[in-house]
Amino acid sequence: MNPAYSVILFTTASGAGYGLLALLGIVGFNHGQASSMAFGLTAMVVALALITVGLLSSTFHLGHPERAWRALSQWRSSWLSREGVAAVLTYPVALAFGLAWTGLVDAARWIGPLGIATAVMCAVTVFCTGKIYATLKTIPQWHHGLTVPVYLVLAAATGAVVLAAIATSFGRFQWFQAALATALLLLALILKQLYWSMIDAALPRHTTSSATGLTGSVRQWEVPHTNVNFIQKEMGYVVARKHAERLRFHAAAALGLAAVAMMLSLAWAYMSFLALAFAVLAVVTERWLFFAEATHVVNLFYGRDTA
Amino acid sequence: MTSLPATTQKKLGLVIDLDICVGCQACATSCKEWNTQGVSAPLSDDKPRGAEPMGTWLNRIHGYEVHEPGRDDARIVHFPRSCLHCETPACVTVCPTGASYKRAEDGIVLVDPETCIGCKLCSWACPYGAREYDYPTGVMKKCTLCVDRIYNENFVPEDRVPACVKACPTGARSFGDLGDESSAVSQLVKERGGYDLLPDMGYKPTNKYLPPRARRDTAVVEPLPKSDGSAMERLFAWADKLMSTAKASARANETDLSDRLEG
Repeated sequence: MNPAYSVILFTTASGAGYGLLALLGIVGFNHGQASSMAFGLTAMVVALALITVGLLSSTFHLGHPERAWRALSQWRSSWLSREGVAAVLTYPVALAFGLAWTGLVDAARWIGPLGIATAVMCAVTVFCTGKIYATLKTIPQWHHGLTVPVYLVLAAATGAVVLAAIATSFGRFQWFQAALATALLLLALILKQLYWSMIDAALPRHTTSSATGLTGSVRQWEVPHTNVNFIQKEMGYVVARKHAERLRFHAAAALGLAAVAMMLSLAWAYMSFLALAFAVLAVVTERWLFFAEATHVVNLFYGRDTA
Repeated sequence: MTSLPATTQKKLGLVIDLDICVGCQACATSCKEWNTQGVSAPLSDDKPRGAEPMGTWLNRIHGYEVHEPGRDDARIVHFPRSCLHCETPACVTVCPTGASYKRAEDGIVLVDPETCIGCKLCSWACPYGAREYDYPTGVMKKCTLCVDRIYNENFVPEDRVPACVKACPTGARSFGDLGDESSAVSQLVKERGGYDLLPDMGYKPTNKYLPPRARRDTAVVEPLPKSDGSAMERLFAWADKLMSTAKASARANETDLSDRLEG
C-alpha cells in the first residue's frame, strides 16, 4: 500500500494527542485539579493541537475535503465514519474536562468523571482508527489481531512520552510518568516484534491462479493499461525486503532507545526530551512500514504471484 | 446509506466467457466512451498527452499465460475485470459518507459523485480492483452496469444492455438477472460451470466467469514430405535459384532454406 504522508502524520500525531489526552484524564481522575494552571493549559493545548493537526492532515488526502462532514453519517456500518464521530464527540468532553482540570472553571467534583469520560473517548477513537485497517480483508498484514492493540499501545506510549517531556519542562517530572512511558514503549516493542514475526510466518492465502480461477500456473502476459494506473499507484507499493528489514530494525531500536532514555530520565529528567525524539522517529517509521509492507490482494491480478 | 439491503429484487450482472474472449479491448473502449458522457461523466484522463498519461477505466482486460498441469505448452486467457456487483460488498459498508450504495431493486452498486469525499477507502476494501479514483474530479468511479442504458426507454430494447456487452464482437459478455434461475445468464452459468472470483473473501460476487473449455489437440503440424529427387523438383530448384538475386540467395543460404529444395 502506498504510504500517504498525510495519513502517517494523521495517525501518529493524533495517536500521540489522544494518548496524552487520555493520560491527562486519568491524572485528573487520580489527583484532581492540575498542579498549576500553566502546566495544565500547556498539556491540554498540546494534546488538542496534536489531535487537531492530525485530523486536519487526514483531510488533505481527500478528493473533496469540503465534504468531509459527510463522513459523520455512516457510523452504522463504517469504522471510518465511527472514527470521525468519536473524534468529534471527544472535543466537547475534553474541553469540559480541560476547563475543570486546569481550574479555569471551578468545578472540582466534575474533574474525575470528565477525566474518565475523556480517557474513554480517546481510547474509542484510536480503537476505531485501528479497526479501519483491521477490518480490511483485502490486506492480510492489516487484517490481523495485533493491528488494533498496536495502534492503542503506540498512542498511549507516545502520549506518555509527551506527558513526561511537558512535565519536565514545568519541573513537575515524576518517577511514575517515566515508569509508565517505559512500560508502554517496551510493550509496543514486544507487540511490534511479535507482529512482524507473525506476518513473516503467515502463508500466502492466494495465488494468481486462485484469484483468477484459472487452473495451472498463471503468469500475467499482457497488462491492462499503457501506463501505471490508480490501482497500482495506490495498492501496488511494496517496499523492498532488505529496506523493510533495515527500517524494522530502526523502528525497533528507536523504541528501545526511547525506553532507555525514559529510564535514564529518572536520574536526569531532561532525558525525557531525548526519549521523545526517539519515540517520534520510531512511530513514524513504524507507521510508514505498516503501509509499505502491506500487500493488497488485487496485486494478484497485476502480476504478483502470492498474497 | 451504506448499510446493505437484506435482499435485492434482482441480481443484475455480467457473465464473462473466458473461452471466447479474444482480448480485443472493444468492451473496455466502449465502456470508456459511454461512461465518459453518462452518469459517471467525466471518466477523466490525467495528462493524456503527457509523458505519463493516466486514465480512469471501469473495465480492464488482462492477458494471462496459463501453464496447465501435464502440458508443456501454454495457453493465453484474456481476462476482462470490472465491478462484480457483489451481494455483500465491503466497498459499500466501509464508505463513511453514504456515497457508495447497493440498490435494493436490482443489486447494482453505485457511487454518488455529489457526496463522495474521495477518501479511497472503498478501493482499499475491494479485492477485485474494480474501483478507480478519478484524480481530476476527486471522486471514486466504478462500473454502473450502464444504469443509464439498461433502463433507457429512448433506446430500442436490444440496445438496453451495458455498453461492454453491446460492443463485444464474440459474444463473450452476457447481461441479465443472475437471481432468476430461469434467465439465460443463469442457465449459461449452470451449463458451463460459471464461478465466482475469490469466493473465500465472502463478498458473494454477482458477476460470474465461465472457465476456458478443455483444449483439443487437433492443430497438429504435419511434417514436410521428404524429397523424392524427381525432375520436377530439380526444375523448381533451378527456377528458384535463377529468380533469386544474389542478396536474396545469400539470405536464403543463411537460413538454410535451400536444403529443403535441393535435398
